[in-house]
Parts: sequence; structure tokens; C-alpha cells
Amino acid sequence: MLRRATTRILSHRRHCSTAEALKVTAADDLFMAAWKRTMPNLDPPKTPLSFLQPRPSTASAASIPSKMTINLVSSCSSGLSNKQAHMVIVPATTGQMGILPGHVASISELKPGLLSIYEGNEVTKYFISSGFAFVHSNSVADIIAAEAVPIEQVDPSSVQKGLAEFTQKLSTASTDLEKAEAQIGLDVLSALNSSLSG
Amino acid sequence: MAMATLRREGKRIAAPLISHHPDNPLRSSVTSSEEHEVLGVRSISTQVVRNRMKSVRNIQKITKAMKMVAASKLRAIQTRAENSRGLWQPFIALLGDTPSVDVKKNVIITISSDKGLCGGINSTAVKISRGLHKLNSGPEKESKYVILGEKAKAQLVRDSKKEIELSITELQKNPLNYTQVAVLADDILKNVEFDALRIVYNKFHSVVSFMPTTSTVLSPEVVEREAEAGGKLGELDSYEIEGGETKSEVLQNLSEFQFSCVLFNAVLENACSEQGARMSAMDSSSRNAGDMLDRLTLTYNRTRQASITTELIEIISGASALEG
Repeated sequence: MLRRATTRILSHRRHCSTAEALKVTAADDLFMAAWKRTMPNLDPPKTPLSFLQPRPSTASAASIPSKMTINLVSSCSSGLSNKQAHMVIVPATTGQMGILPGHVASISELKPGLLSIYEGNEVTKYFISSGFAFVHSNSVADIIAAEAVPIEQVDPSSVQKGLAEFTQKLSTASTDLEKAEAQIGLDVLSALNSSLSG
Repeated sequence: MAMATLRREGKRIAAPLISHHPDNPLRSSVTSSEEHEVLGVRSISTQVVRNRMKSVRNIQKITKAMKMVAASKLRAIQTRAENSRGLWQPFIALLGDTPSVDVKKNVIITISSDKGLCGGINSTAVKISRGLHKLNSGPEKESKYVILGEKAKAQLVRDSKKEIELSITELQKNPLNYTQVAVLADDILKNVEFDALRIVYNKFHSVVSFMPTTSTVLSPEVVEREAEAGGKLGELDSYEIEGGETKSEVLQNLSEFQFSCVLFNAVLENACSEQGARMSAMDSSSRNAGDMLDRLTLTYNRTRQASITTELIEIISGASALEG
């Protein structure tokens, strides 16, 4: 009787999430089966799927949630995880993009610039040095950046120094590679400069 | 006659010493000291045992120090590895992980350490790489190796020399950071043709447990192909692509960024596993050295007591011979 009760509960779970879980394990199973066939004596290696932290299903919810869940990760730290916010403005390559709950699923490339997270009346600002932003259809946004620094930790004087340095490098650059490198430095620093002021 | 008795007595005392010895070299040295006695030197020498004890004690000190060094390095790098774990999760959430993907050009990136004395982690990484290679070679498929670290290079060069595309050593000369790994990833992407990249490394679970893991990164063309085929990647089409001129350009940037993030995490995790494995290897080594030292101490005491007994016997039999 207990088993029947549990199966009834399981079948009531949303179809999408079980389908997704099935898809996930199917990929692993194929790999495990192939491994066992060729190498029966060696344990198969783990795959990242087994280490993935559980996430809400990406199937679109019936109604638009009131808040977004933001995950910000960078190479030095996992900046934010599962932070609730009303709106987030990301510096996409096509310009500043605002993301609200119910935004259509999208993948956007980011350029160096300011990331602002609006939570009620408070704003948290980070400087991002390029990366990607994934918005899923369940109003979960993942922002992955090579470096993400809270704007308070940026030192204005060193920004000015760096700007001068790279402008000089750009003018004295001879090869295309040097020009490109100097231009990149200049782009990042001018974005940093404008985000400090703006 | 007294001399013969003495010799026999000496042999009777020395015999149990020889039979209780587990170490071969020591046995031969004890017999050689017995020979010395036969030739004319009276006392059984404890010098040999003492020398051995000194060297084992030094080894114990060295391995204890190496364990402490590995522990401190592990502490430093563990926080960074844990912080970088969030880097690859969004990619897997978006693109899924398909280790069983069927592609023509596989590149297996094996991450190992440069230094030795770290237990079996490099051997497991190489075994898994060889397994993946076997899994992915067939009539139309081929796999190549890119090796990071000296130890895997030494093992793989023996039988798969032709299949090694690139090998990079001295990764940890400067502290690991994202820029260095990004340059490395750029190097690999430029020089190696691939449809799927499989990164093999040891994931750090705890100081005593490391799981060999493999992460798969697909090239943008394969991503498009799999997206059309359906499955997890089939949902990719529902995502609007912003930025860049074309979808394929953004997908290419995405795949390169994913590769550098996954590689960064893999390199950090492997470094952690290396330090953890070295800690446990050095710990068991110092414990073994301690056991050996205990056994040697017992032997030393027995040898010492035997030589004292021999001297006493000499004196006493000499005295009794004088008396009558």
C-alpha cells in the first residue's frame, strides 16, 4: 500500500522535470554501458552530471514569477548564488540589456562593463570583464564572467593611470597584435572608468 | 677447547637474531659480523643496525616534513578550487553533458602532476585516458592526446607516442590563475582540430578521496548538430542569441569560454588532488618508517644484549679457566 502511495505521489510530479531527469541519466547510462563493454575491469570516470547542483527545471512556469533568481559566477569566486532580484542590467555586446522576470530565454555575450542588480530599492553593482549571460525560461539568470568585482573595490586612481598607459601604448603600437592588445586594455579601462562615474 | 665452546656459544646466540630478521640486507650483515667474530673480533657489532636506524629516522623526518608542506599547499589551493566549482555549472545546465557523443575527432586532455610521490592519481588519470581512447577509436573515429604534466607524459609516451598532439609541463611554476589557463586553452584551441574535447582529471572530494572525472566540451559545429538531433541540446534553439553578428559566432565564443572555464576548474581540482594524495602518501610512508624503526630498535637491543652476554661469558669462562 505504501508503494502505491509513493507511485501516486511520483506521478503527480510535473512531467517536464522527470523527463529532464530521465534525459540526464540517459546520457550517463549510454556512456556507462559503452565503458563497461570496452573496459570491464576499470571503474568508469565520473562526469560533471553527477556533481551538478540541483536546479529548478527550465521548463517555463505557468505564470511569471515576481522575482528573478540570479547566479553570478567568476573565476575567483562564486559571487552570488540564488539571489532574488527584481531586475538586472547586464552589459551585453549590443548594449546595456535589462532582464526582468519572464524574459525570453536567451544567451548573450557580455562586454566589459557594469552589472547592476536591482532588489527593491537597493542596487548592487559589479564590474564584469566580459563573459556570458544565460537567461532561462524559468526566470533564472546565470551570469558567468572571467572576473567580477564589486564596484566599491575598484580604485579610481589606478584606473586613470591604466587609461593613460594604454592610450600611450595604442599610439606607439606597431604590429596588429600590439594594437589589438592595447585596444582591449583601453576598452576595459574606459568601461571601468565610465562605470565608476555612472 | 674453551675457544671452541666460545665459538659455539656465540653462534647459538647469534642464530636466533638471524632467524627473526625480516630484512635480507641486515641478515647478511649480521652474518658478516658473526664472521668477524670467528676471525678474531669478539663483540657483535651494533654499528650496522645503528646506521640503518639513523637513515630510517631521517627518512621519517623528511616524509613528515613533506606531508606538512603538502597540507599547507592544499589549504591554500582548496578554497580557490571550491570557488571555481560554480564556473562550469551554468554551462552544464544550459548545454548538458554528453560523454557518449559520437564524433570523428576526439581530443583527450589528460591533466597530471609534474612531481612524483603523490600516490596513484597520475596512474588512474592515464588509465582513464587510455580507456577513453579505446572507447573512441574505431573505423571513422580517432582520438589524440594533449598532456598537461610530466607524469602522464612519461606514461603515455611509452605506447601512444604518435597520438600525442601537444604536451605542456611546468604548469604550477607560478600560482595557478585564470589568465594562464585561458592562454593555455587558446593555445590548444588554435593548434588542435577537434570535434569533442574530453578533459580527464581527478576531482577533489576530500583529503582522502579523489574521483577520476571526465568533462566533455563540444565544438560549435557539433553543438549545432546535436541541437538538431534533440535531447538536452535541442532546447538550445529556444534561446535567443544576443550579441555578435551571427549565431555561430556567439556559439563559438561560448564553446571557447566553456572550455577555458572547465579547464580552469579541472586544473585546480587536479592540483588539490595532487596535494591531498601526496599528504596521504607521505603520511603512510612516515608511519611505515616508524614501524620499521620499532622493529630495528628491537633488533638493536637484542644485538646489544647479545654482545654484552658474550662478553660476560668470556669473562666468566676466563675466570673459571684460571681457577681450575
